[in-house]
Amino acid sequence: MSHSAENKLHVPDAMFRPGDKPDFSHLDVGTAGAVKRPAVDTNPAEMRDLAYSLIRVMDDNGEAKGEWRPKIDADELRKGLRIMLLTRKYDERMFRMQRQAKMSFYLKCTGEEAVAVAATMALDDKDMLFPTYRQQGAFLTRGADLFSEMMCQVMNNELDPMQGKQLPIKYSSAEKGFFSISGPLTTHYPQAVGWAMASAYKGEDHIALAWTGDGSTAEGDFHYALQFAATYRAPCILNIVNNQWAISSPQTIAGGENTTFAARGIGYGLPALRVDGNDFLAVYAATQWAAERARAGLGATVIELYTYRVEGHSTSDDPTGYRPKDEPLHWPLGDPIERLKDHLISIGEWTQEQHEELATELETYVTECWRKVDAMGNINDPEMAHTHTAALFEQVYKEMPPHLRKQRQMLGV
Amino acid sequence: MAKMNMIQALNSAHDNLLAKDPSVIIYGEDVGYFGGVFRVTHGLQEKYGKQRVFDAPISEGGIVSTAIGMGVNGLRPVVEIQFADYIYPAYDQIVSELAKLRYRSNGMFTAPVTIRSPCGGGIRGGQTHSQSPEACFTHVPGLKVVMPSNPYDAKGLLVASIECDDPVIFLEPKRLYNGPFDGNPHQSAVSWGTHPKGEVPEDYYSLELGKAEVIRAGADVTIVTYGTMVHVVEAAVKKAGIDAEIIDIRTLVPLDIDTIAASVNKTGRCVVVNEATRTGSFAAEIMSQVQEECFWRLEAPIQRVSGWDTPYPHAMEWDYFPGQDRILEAINKTLDVK
Ligand SMILES: Cc1ncc(C[n+]2csc(CCOP(=O)(O)OP(=O)(O)O)c2C)c(N)n1
Repeated sequence: MSHSAENKLHVPDAMFRPGDKPDFSHLDVGTAGAVKRPAVDTNPAEMRDLAYSLIRVMDDNGEAKGEWRPKIDADELRKGLRIMLLTRKYDERMFRMQRQAKMSFYLKCTGEEAVAVAATMALDDKDMLFPTYRQQGAFLTRGADLFSEMMCQVMNNELDPMQGKQLPIKYSSAEKGFFSISGPLTTHYPQAVGWAMASAYKGEDHIALAWTGDGSTAEGDFHYALQFAATYRAPCILNIVNNQWAISSPQTIAGGENTTFAARGIGYGLPALRVDGNDFLAVYAATQWAAERARAGLGATVIELYTYRVEGHSTSDDPTGYRPKDEPLHWPLGDPIERLKDHLISIGEWTQEQHEELATELETYVTECWRKVDAMGNINDPEMAHTHTAALFEQVYKEMPPHLRKQRQMLGV
Repeated sequence: MAKMNMIQALNSAHDNLLAKDPSVIIYGEDVGYFGGVFRVTHGLQEKYGKQRVFDAPISEGGIVSTAIGMGVNGLRPVVEIQFADYIYPAYDQIVSELAKLRYRSNGMFTAPVTIRSPCGGGIRGGQTHSQSPEACFTHVPGLKVVMPSNPYDAKGLLVASIECDDPVIFLEPKRLYNGPFDGNPHQSAVSWGTHPKGEVPEDYYSLELGKAEVIRAGADVTIVTYGTMVHVVEAAVKKAGIDAEIIDIRTLVPLDIDTIAASVNKTGRCVVVNEATRTGSFAAEIMSQVQEECFWRLEAPIQRVSGWDTPYPHAMEWDYFPGQDRILEAINKTLDVK
């Protein structure tokens, strides 16, 4: 698929465009179990190869291999499987509802569930998560209530914890250690580092974990984060979710054709791991390694999670305009839910029947939640639009200053 | 009571709060070991240690963004942006993040960050060491914006800013660091030591944000101003012997419009003076609020004196800088309307 360079100005392209036949056979995804696992106190200079290889634990038969195999029991794995499946069912339902004009906007994480769920499970509850809009699985892992904290937020209805102040899917929970999701990309990344610096300052063991996308690594904030994390040895984990696409721009536009995204950590002297993001066990193990390192006072780790954005960017996007329709099917690293299921079955801790039962149970649960939410109205109902009018002026400042009180009176609320 | 210049008063504010509250930490470019290029944090690292007062990479965006994270995690970071002219790399973090965090999370997450920065002209700093960017911040819901005009207020207002649970942009007119300035570049600076507002208690005190101060009572015209211009206005009024009421607003957001309106309703005339670029400056906002509140009492159009709509020049600084003459011209223009 090479494009001859006619100009000196090199504009990278995607590997495949609509009409091309996707073939990822040239990608070197390595072999499960092949990459060594250094001790957590290894000098980053001695482990630079980990930024260029791919840490994989599960092989094609779902068997766990090699030094990165994490210690995690079957109950935990079943929990991870359940949350990933719930995330997918939730995404599917919300996407359909957006298509029926029940809400303004929705965004799925299909194929990337492990990136959020496994990483969150590898942390402690007191650790702080700094998510993007594609880690709803992390919120569910932290015990978010699907009905009240998620669906009601998406619908901006009367129970919306954000009282209509935020776009759908931009969840927040101080209680669950899930930082408020922002609009501008990557702004949260150096904020996570600051949070971690404060944790270190207070002498606490809590760490911060942030995710950002491959496209978003081009933002200045990304570099601020690595700079400050390296300078002050901040106890944090900086994840880059390389799902190959930033809306219609391939990861090559963010510089992905020249080196790996993990390798960006090397220039800052940070340890950098490149991990199969569709491998629940590998994501879990890498996060655990980085968390242990951070808690030991050894500072930050950069982790590139190599994955694929199976669906469109959001409900406002049509991916068939810029990539082959069947490209997702050719992605060589499979589906994280299927792979964890296969693993559990291979170790005798799960069956296909149990899996189908679980899928039905979760589907029913999501439907029940949706029925309740739907009965509360949606943003297109003239009355619902005013549900939170009184809250419009609240939480701009801790106490409402006189000019806002006056403006509230002008609006008559 | 001790005599202090503004730098010492700001240093004293930091000192009091570092001693009082372990969640207060200070960082910025050169603020640690050396104590800042203007020496505002001089001696604090030595006294409180490297964990409390430290140097930051030259990364304004990094400084503000990490301060947000620290604020979320229970600290009260005070960060210095070396010159207000260099705050723009941090502008997105201030506007999109710091200012809106409380609102977007409906109060779940807040960051009580104080951003200090030397601002303004009159120091031969050219276009990138002289700007008055306050209007950029007054336009942003969620921020408080403060600019003191003397050492006493500077300390009390900085203490209040650091203790405030909302984010504060604290702009320090660097022309006033060492002494008041009457707008005459050929006059050497008078020391704050000879000024009543240079008397600053060493102990803790704070001044409420959002309160303007009538610094001179008068009957004929109200002059609303802040920062360096407070002193230029005072000198001009004194020279011309005008019975003007002068208001130093001190906090731009929230603005104490009640004090301003009460004065204009009394005098019937109003001139607003600031250093910033004319179009869209905060003077324009004050004028429009005065017009809303006092229209039926006004006896002449409200006048404004500002910098021009050009970048801040180097060689022509005193043509740009609003001096006494321009202020008197505006005052006379309002007084001439009978
Ligand atoms: C600062 C900023 N610029 C642009 C956008 C619009 N935008 C939203 S998502 C997106 C693509 C992000 O791609 P990537 O970081 O790879 O994450 P992904 O969506 O693939 O998970 C863009 C450009 C934005 N939200 N913020």
